[in-house]
Amino acid sequence: MIALAIALAATNGNLEVLNKEIFASLKSSLELALGLLGSMMLWCGTIKVAEKSGMLKKLGKLIGPIIRLIFHDIPKEGEAIGSITMNITSNMFGLGNAATPMGLKAISELQKLNNNKNTASNAMCRFLVINSAPICIMPSTVISIRASLGSNNPGVIILPSIIVSIIAIITGLICCRIFEGKGGIY
Amino acid sequence: MVLVIPFLLLFILSYGQIKGVKVYDTFIEGAKEGMMTTVRIFPYILAMLLAVNMLRASRGLDLIIHILRPLTGLLSVPDELLPFLMMKPLSGSGALGILADTLKKNGVDSLVGIIASTIMSSTETIFYTITVYYGSIGVKNIRHTLVAALIADLAGIMAAIIICSILFT
Repeated sequence: MIALAIALAATNGNLEVLNKEIFASLKSSLELALGLLGSMMLWCGTIKVAEKSGMLKKLGKLIGPIIRLIFHDIPKEGEAIGSITMNITSNMFGLGNAATPMGLKAISELQKLNNNKNTASNAMCRFLVINSAPICIMPSTVISIRASLGSNNPGVIILPSIIVSIIAIITGLICCRIFEGKGGIY
Repeated sequence: MVLVIPFLLLFILSYGQIKGVKVYDTFIEGAKEGMMTTVRIFPYILAMLLAVNMLRASRGLDLIIHILRPLTGLLSVPDELLPFLMMKPLSGSGALGILADTLKKNGVDSLVGIIASTIMSSTETIFYTITVYYGSIGVKNIRHTLVAALIADLAGIMAAIIICSILFT
């Protein structure tokens, strides 16, 4: 990107503007980072309290039936479904640090149930589709960025984000259902 | 909607208090993690703001938008959203940097700003997630995973544009 920018600026004589822009960018990214720092600390602190107070487990119980419905082809109890639930609830709180290890655990549990170790099972495809549009009720980084840039209402995006994730996941799951038909049962 | 954040704060903190969590200590512990996260993502934000601004100053961005316009016009994607949409599937921290830039240039509470924020918080970096997860268990044939995830992502982007346009205009 930078090489393209310099080459283009050199050809159309914009190098002076480019020069100015470089230093303006550095300054604005620093200002942004300072604002971001405060918000991020507030949200991560709050979320940690939510985590410790057992809210995640409560949420897991609440969404359990839906998860068992989506993953109808793996055992109803046990490690696989448990770690999938933990992964999804961590994502709901925007806890990326907790969600990824849980997700890795979930997929290795799914691998144990998989008959063909080189090939993804139907459940794995579904799990990754859900992970490509995680439902997040607390998108702390985005809210923090919005707050640090002076938004009147940083949290206004929470509701639309949840609806969008649900739409994306449902679309993805429908695609999985269609493709599964052709691939046979693993 | 203005009440969402104060309410969430009050609810979570008092719930913790009732459940006997050491609210203050726990909050500090989390805040430290938040500080580390910010420090970790800052270099990406700096690099992306720099690259995108340089590309814009040299008119390279206009060029790319111009080339892609037939496609984006068809899906009624706003031009200002393009740099962000191009980075989103490739790199999460890169997309965050470009999100910051998009918000600055178009206004945080503008329609484009809200759409970009919505997409950022509702979708994940597909290629990265798929590589890491399948890589960890050594699956080589990922079958329909990528196609389904990409279609889901596209549906998410379209939904974000439509829903935000309805709610915020």
